[in-house]
Amino acid sequence: MSAMLEVKNIEVAYGKIIAVKDISVTVNNGEIVTLIGSNGAGKSTTLRTISGLIKPKSGEITFNGKRIDGMPGHEIVGMGICHSPEGRRIFPRMTVKENLELGAFLRNDKSAVNADMERVLDLFPRLKERIKQTAGTMSGGEQQMLAVSRALMGDPKLLLLDEPSMGLAPVLVELIFDTIVKIRKQGITILLIEQNATAALEVADRAYVLESGKVKMSGSAKELSADDKVTKAYLGH
Amino acid sequence: MAKTSVSNNVTRSNRKWIIGYSIAGLILFITYQFLIPWEGLPLGIYDAVYQWMPPSAINESLVYVIMALGLNIVVGYAGLLDLGYVAFWAIGGYCAGWFMSEFFYFLNIHFLGSVPAEAPGIHINFWMVLLIGGFVCALFGILIGAPTLRLKSDYLALVTLGFGEIIPQVFFNGENFFGFNISNGTKGIVRVDPIPVGVKDLGPFDFGWKLLIFLLLTAVMVFISLRLRRGRLGRAWLAIREDELAASMMGVPLMRTKLASYAVGAFAGGLGGVAFATHVDGVYAERFNFTISIFLLAMVVLGGMGNVWGVILGAFILSWVNGNGLTAFGQFYNDRFGTEVDFASFTFLLFGLVLILMMLFKREGLLPESRLKLMLHEDELDDEDASGSKKKVGK
Repeated sequence: MSAMLEVKNIEVAYGKIIAVKDISVTVNNGEIVTLIGSNGAGKSTTLRTISGLIKPKSGEITFNGKRIDGMPGHEIVGMGICHSPEGRRIFPRMTVKENLELGAFLRNDKSAVNADMERVLDLFPRLKERIKQTAGTMSGGEQQMLAVSRALMGDPKLLLLDEPSMGLAPVLVELIFDTIVKIRKQGITILLIEQNATAALEVADRAYVLESGKVKMSGSAKELSADDKVTKAYLGH
Repeated sequence: MAKTSVSNNVTRSNRKWIIGYSIAGLILFITYQFLIPWEGLPLGIYDAVYQWMPPSAINESLVYVIMALGLNIVVGYAGLLDLGYVAFWAIGGYCAGWFMSEFFYFLNIHFLGSVPAEAPGIHINFWMVLLIGGFVCALFGILIGAPTLRLKSDYLALVTLGFGEIIPQVFFNGENFFGFNISNGTKGIVRVDPIPVGVKDLGPFDFGWKLLIFLLLTAVMVFISLRLRRGRLGRAWLAIREDELAASMMGVPLMRTKLASYAVGAFAGGLGGVAFATHVDGVYAERFNFTISIFLLAMVVLGGMGNVWGVILGAFILSWVNGNGLTAFGQFYNDRFGTEVDFASFTFLLFGLVLILMMLFKREGLLPESRLKLMLHEDELDDEDASGSKKKVGK
């Protein structure tokens, strides 16, 4: 396995407030890697830095060997890093279909886009039923499905998922995690952020535990879910 | 879910409007060019038309329509609040003043102009000046946009407000702009060249024929608006309007896309500015004030942000009320009841009232864009509906 994404010692600040002090994360081709940690640990900030929404103060990020920190967001998307953001952020007044089309904004290969549309609708048959519905009128769960699907429409090599299970009913959480596994089977590498650490560790290969903007622990998902400290702090056993 | 299918109309590609528009335009043109000057027309009708809807008012309304359509691209499509749109009107106007009048009396440049070759000044063909005005404005749109578009909503509005004040002030005091006279200051540039249309030249009083030209310019703006809206750029604008951050995550280049909306919007300002200069046969600095920017914004909001037909309607109504309607109504009322109320002075009271009523009862505008209407009138479903089996169908 080769390293697809390498985040090396990044420091990220919003004005004077330092959100990420020193985080290094590696994601290998084909893996599901999860970042777990409590609120304010710097998980979302890390993801936003990777997708170019914020520039790191120091450190570097490489994707398939190429430096991407400092690149504008749309170029990073063009390289194959697609982000399903925290809080879904679907386009509420557009239909499901229009949302998905926007996910493929940078792609010009119409037939491939249509094929991908079929593929994501097969992943989430619920969205197929609602294809013409205005996205803002759908339920939270459906909006989450749409947010993930929309990111998939960008034909990602690396999919960044920020809290895909937040605020969802248990049934839907299960559905989302099942789908994450399916997406990986299609050959897409995934970097996942979750507060629901139990579920995240179940699907992930490796995990990083973040605390106050630093990596506290890392290892295989199995090891970490057996670790006492992790169990106590994040799994609530 | 009956309602939701409406939003698909936006993507439906059609040019049926061209037929309807041409017919309506032709009727308007024939009415004003041939029917009203016709000697057989009863005098009562003639008087009524001149009191309520004189040809100059129609033409002026169309200039407002062109501007409002331009502003609609910035405000309605891309969702960027611009309070200084009058700046583009002014720049467009002065392009006409510079390139088709005797203002630069020490020069003698002619290019397919409509005046004799010995006339001093720069005299370039009207149709080219239209393009020049449009592109100069687009350039200014980009120049103004580049530093300001990084700002978010309220701050952007404030900065555009500033530019909307600065540019007209520059022209207002332009008699000595670092030693050059660029605008004739408060005296203005009086007389611009007539519009050459091959068989004849259209001066300030050829209302009927100029109506046809203004209708054509409006059609061009409608075409550009609808065309862009359906294309890639339109989708990018819409995405930015909905959620800027999410748009950038989809790979929409934010700066470039926003600048494009400024440039296209400003282009319309240039067209309108040149058209207006030929309409009033001159360029007068004191006309370009802040009120115009607000006025145009009110047209867009009243008509229905994002919907070209709504914006056209809004622009027509407001410019008519402001230009002629209220005065005519005042005359009618005063004659009838023997009062002496100065109705025209109540213009802004009326506008304020209309805007308040609109915000209370019809926030999406007279002819709303379908998605805006949906959003303002449908409540969100909650999570239970998705996990459970019950579905709410068509509220």
